[in-house]
Amino acid sequence: MFTAASVARCRLDHEFVIYPAPRNKLKERPNCLVRARVRGREDEWTGLMRSAMAGDDAAYHRLLKAITPVLRAAARRGLARAGQPPDQAEDIVQEILLAVHLKRHTWDSEAPFAPWLFAIGRNKLIDALRRRGKRVFVNIDDFAETLPGEVPQETASAAEVAAQLGTLPQRQRDVLQSVAVEAASIKDTAAKFSMSEGAVRVALHRGLAALTAKLRDH
Amino acid sequence: MDTDQLIRSLAADNAHRAPRVGAVLAMALLVAAPFSILFFATFLGVRADVMSAMHNPFFDMKFAVTLSLAIPAIIISLHLSRPEALLRGWAWLLLLPVGLLAVAIGSEAMMAPAMPMTMRLMGKNSRICLVAIPAMSLPLLAGALFGLRHGAPSSPALAGALAGLVSAGLAATLYASHCTDDSPLFVATWYTLATALVTAIGALVGSKVLRF
Repeated sequence: MFTAASVARCRLDHEFVIYPAPRNKLKERPNCLVRARVRGREDEWTGLMRSAMAGDDAAYHRLLKAITPVLRAAARRGLARAGQPPDQAEDIVQEILLAVHLKRHTWDSEAPFAPWLFAIGRNKLIDALRRRGKRVFVNIDDFAETLPGEVPQETASAAEVAAQLGTLPQRQRDVLQSVAVEAASIKDTAAKFSMSEGAVRVALHRGLAALTAKLRDH
Repeated sequence: MDTDQLIRSLAADNAHRAPRVGAVLAMALLVAAPFSILFFATFLGVRADVMSAMHNPFFDMKFAVTLSLAIPAIIISLHLSRPEALLRGWAWLLLLPVGLLAVAIGSEAMMAPAMPMTMRLMGKNSRICLVAIPAMSLPLLAGALFGLRHGAPSSPALAGALAGLVSAGLAATLYASHCTDDSPLFVATWYTLATALVTAIGALVGSKVLRF
């Protein structure tokens, strides 16, 4: 029995699956559970970020790993809504991660981390869509509503960071390559290029900052 | 570079600590201020009758108005340097100079003023005002934009407009000590026009340079 009304309702229900509406009273219970999980996840992020800001590099690494699938899902959803293929999602994810890194001093450690993160994510998604000359329509909840179950794992290839990496000064590129791709420590990288550890740190930071600027302005 | 590799390099850079936006903004404004003061000292200077003018509440009121623009604008621009910040709940601070001006205009109207309204409004310095305030604003605007670049405003044009209000408010504070037109009507007209011009420039430039 597929009346027009039931088909319409089906479509509506389907939309709820894709964009869960927390305000949907009829589904109070499942949403409550999901929201509790989302809240737990976000509290964990805030704790990790506090540790990271206090100098815990491992906590920072864990945090970045934890937010990446959520950013990826949201970026894909935003691209899909703009009628764009999802294969550019990874570029957007990397741009968000760089912005998070370079602007983390604007996070107030008394405030929850997720709203700050999602605001940066939204900004970068809008920028990316604009740059591609697309009509920008970013749902305010694209980021906030990514559910814990919905986390694409596979890493699509990201082209833009890799391409801009080639335009960096030699020293910054070498250091970035060594730390990122070869997973060398700051200390080992310093030994390899006969630099001081301080110089390696400076080159690493400048390289990341330059990469971000190039991605923004290209 | 895949995302895991990028994350590795970000984590390796965790030791890097950037200063707070407020500290960078303060430094940038302090570096810019001498340029505006130099312009002021070269072309304008404090008005000759400043000692007697200080007894005129409408002279003093000009500083209250310009500073009640500059200081809230600094506070709001720092607030907006956080990406998740909204203007909502903060915009009323910008009504402070408007309210002060309204009170001043009202009290002047009740005081049987010495000159007719049109003369008070037009004053003698309107053209200088329209040039001097924007001119002295420009170094401060550059400083404010430089400082705010350290932040992450979600709306670069809005943040740029606030940088414009900061610099116009500070430049107008300098200019107020030169200008012999003390009527709140003059201030409400010409200072506002000059401020609007600087704010528009700030919004325009900010929309380009404050993207992060």
